Amino acid sequence: MMMRTIGLDQIEDIALGASLLGAGGGGDPYIGKLMAMGAIREYGPVTLLDPDEIPDDALIVPMAMMGAPTVLAEKAANGRECRALYDVVSTYFGKKVYAFMPMEAGGFNSMFPIVCSATLGLPLVDVDGMGRAFPELQMVTFTIGGVSATPMALTDEKGNAVIFKTISNKWTEELARAVTMSCGGSVAVSLYPMDGKTVKAYGVKRIVTRSEELGKAIRTIKEGTDQSPEARFLQFTGGMRLFRGKICDVLRETRGAFNFGTVVMDGIGDYKGKQAKVEFQNENLTATVDGRIVATVPDLICLVDSETFLPITTDALKYGKRVLVVGLPCFNLWRSPKGLALVGPRYFGCDTDYIPLEERAREVL
Amino acid sequence: MQYRLGIDVGGTNTDAVLIDDNLAIVADFKQPTSEDVYGGILDALKNILEISKVDRLLITKAMLGTTQCTNAIIERKHLAPVGILRIGAPASVAIPPMIDWSPSLRQVAVASVIVGGGYEYNGKEIAPLDTVATRNFFTSLKGKVEAVAISCVFACVRNDQELAAAALCREVMGDEVHISISSEIGSMGLVERENATILNAALHKVAKTFTDGFNASLRQEGLVNAELYLSQNDGTLMTMEHARRYPILTIACGPTNSIRGADYLCALKESVVIDVGGTTTDIGVIQNGFPRESGVAVSIGGVRTNFRMPDVISIGLGGGSIVRQLDNGEVTVGPDSVGYRITQQALVFGGEVLTATDIAVAANLTVLGDPARVAHLDRSLVHKALAVIKALVEDNLDAIKISSDPVDVVLVGGGSIIVPKDIVGARSVRTPDHFGTANAIGSAISKVSGTYEKLVSFDAVPREQALQMAKDEAVTLAVKSGARRETVEIIEVEEVPLAYYPGNTSRVKIKAAGELA
Repeated sequence: MMMRTIGLDQIEDIALGASLLGAGGGGDPYIGKLMAMGAIREYGPVTLLDPDEIPDDALIVPMAMMGAPTVLAEKAANGRECRALYDVVSTYFGKKVYAFMPMEAGGFNSMFPIVCSATLGLPLVDVDGMGRAFPELQMVTFTIGGVSATPMALTDEKGNAVIFKTISNKWTEELARAVTMSCGGSVAVSLYPMDGKTVKAYGVKRIVTRSEELGKAIRTIKEGTDQSPEARFLQFTGGMRLFRGKICDVLRETRGAFNFGTVVMDGIGDYKGKQAKVEFQNENLTATVDGRIVATVPDLICLVDSETFLPITTDALKYGKRVLVVGLPCFNLWRSPKGLALVGPRYFGCDTDYIPLEERAREVL
Repeated sequence: MQYRLGIDVGGTNTDAVLIDDNLAIVADFKQPTSEDVYGGILDALKNILEISKVDRLLITKAMLGTTQCTNAIIERKHLAPVGILRIGAPASVAIPPMIDWSPSLRQVAVASVIVGGGYEYNGKEIAPLDTVATRNFFTSLKGKVEAVAISCVFACVRNDQELAAAALCREVMGDEVHISISSEIGSMGLVERENATILNAALHKVAKTFTDGFNASLRQEGLVNAELYLSQNDGTLMTMEHARRYPILTIACGPTNSIRGADYLCALKESVVIDVGGTTTDIGVIQNGFPRESGVAVSIGGVRTNFRMPDVISIGLGGGSIVRQLDNGEVTVGPDSVGYRITQQALVFGGEVLTATDIAVAANLTVLGDPARVAHLDRSLVHKALAVIKALVEDNLDAIKISSDPVDVVLVGGGSIIVPKDIVGARSVRTPDHFGTANAIGSAISKVSGTYEKLVSFDAVPREQALQMAKDEAVTLAVKSGARRETVEIIEVEEVPLAYYPGNTSRVKIKAAGELA
């Protein structure tokens, strides 16, 4: 695999592709996109490393932002947060950080590691810990590999920085949330610091490249003439069509820091007369057609506009929208018993066993 | 009897309408918009006075709706140079002002700076306002710009620092400088609010020109008793002085006035208005007499803003839409159109292009031009094309509704003849008289409003009490804008719980509107 760079031209496509992989979550990547544009304009393009290119003993640090999207939309960030994180982590380990990586594909956090890499002139590894987006901190493949979220470093735009060493993920979540609030509701974090060997063993490889390819394909979907746009879309995403319909109801509820809800769709075209439901908790959890489950987490359930194929996040669901519901197979490790314990349907309170998307679809079709 | 004059200067036409105290239409008049906008207004004014024979001294209110601000941004003309101050460092500096603006529009900025200051979500200071840097910046702008845009992190929660910076600006740059502050223009979302504020400042000269021009036109025609108002894009009015300070609020008042006017003509207060032109169809919603606002970010001339805009769906369907039959038998309508050349190019007018209007004539929906010229059309082609038109309208009608309940539809516009009247999803379909001047009517019947928006912690103040306080604020703002207090009603209450905030916090937005005093 050749080493490549991420410049201004790639940002738009990566953000678009990542919002598809967000599986309904991650929110609007607009602010992240602006920050990445700003950082690349100021510091130049980012080097993207294939996971196989990194040394086994290299210190690799995932970067993310935590907090309320509405706060982020006001305060954005300072841009020097990544320097503070870099310093704290390097000091803690007594070792220089070799490269950054994203924790999840989807929304703002697909963009923030690019900002960090550009600013510090460090490479970005083409890998993440989800291959999609998930709502909770421990829901990363590295948890399966026994990697701890801590030492987790946290910094705000004012320059305050702390480092947490906790006894469990629950404590990490609780302490981080308290500090986030004191710092004004939106902070930058580095967590799951690990060596190159672990990244290679458990990471979802080439996810940045995949985001970019997906984004580019969606952007240019109308340019091919040999196939219908829908067939093209299913082909390049490797997705399975689960439903096509019109949103006829959206039920929402906010509990804790999560947006729960259900979107109900009436079938159109081939699906006329059928009804589908998608349940979500930030991200889409299950898809049901006429009472029969057709897909569940950790497989990706994505809603896209039936004309433009632009991904629709759960906060943008609206009556009357015409959507295509597609299922994308999740990363293999998520299908293991340890993976399913972390992110399987039962963890999210859905009373069903996990059956891979491909099998469920075969049953239905 | 006293009268109101409504004038709407659109891209294509200038409309004028005169209505009486009871809001009944006395006369209306339409003419093409001229290069010289004020000459055009003057002509329309002369004509409507001539037709109506109304004593010009009895005209006590005159309302103007204009697209000139939109045009100025899209054409990058007459925009004034602006100095941009953002308060909020160390927050927000990762995104400098205007980062994703097109280079041609970015030129309006002469200089920009981000100084220390700003607030957290709860109103606590991130840092005190850096008055030294602020003063230095304004000093450096002196003699270079006549307009300044000031924004501040979380100014939508607290605007003390924006006001302090504005006062400093006056002190340094003098009374003549135009100052736009973000808390008075946009809502949550710093980048979008700042963008709208910069555009507002850049438009101040355009606003001065059209307010002065309108005033002069009216005085020249002897309307000395008329108070002047400008249409805003939420369907309410503002005073001339207000318009000079907030010109951006006039953007998109055209579609707003059009859908309000159409709704008014049918005496409905809840409806969906479908306005079919030559090339495009606009579909908008009227709720409680006002257009529903768009909930998503709105882009003006490629610049993303978050200030209120009417929620309008535009589709490429109109009287001039070109109809084609593909090899596989499928029929398409639009999105391309012969546009204003329809009177030469459509089949019924002796042309060679098959348009949606020709289909309507062939299907006996209307009689126009020479029906014999479409008699040869294949019946299945006509049926298929009509089905496409109907499906386009029905799908988009459905997309703008918020539930599956049928709605009252008002069908207006020169191209509306192409739409079959049996629209699925519509409880009734009406086509009012005078709809050609619906824009000017919408302008003339407008009320004045006030909007109050704030983050409220229901732990600090009980919900009922907090909402009542917010409502009182909105009413006060409406009265300040010129409404008679006893007529002011709350027309919109929006309450959005913010999941990640402590203290059970919601963003509360209240709008009140009343009759002009």
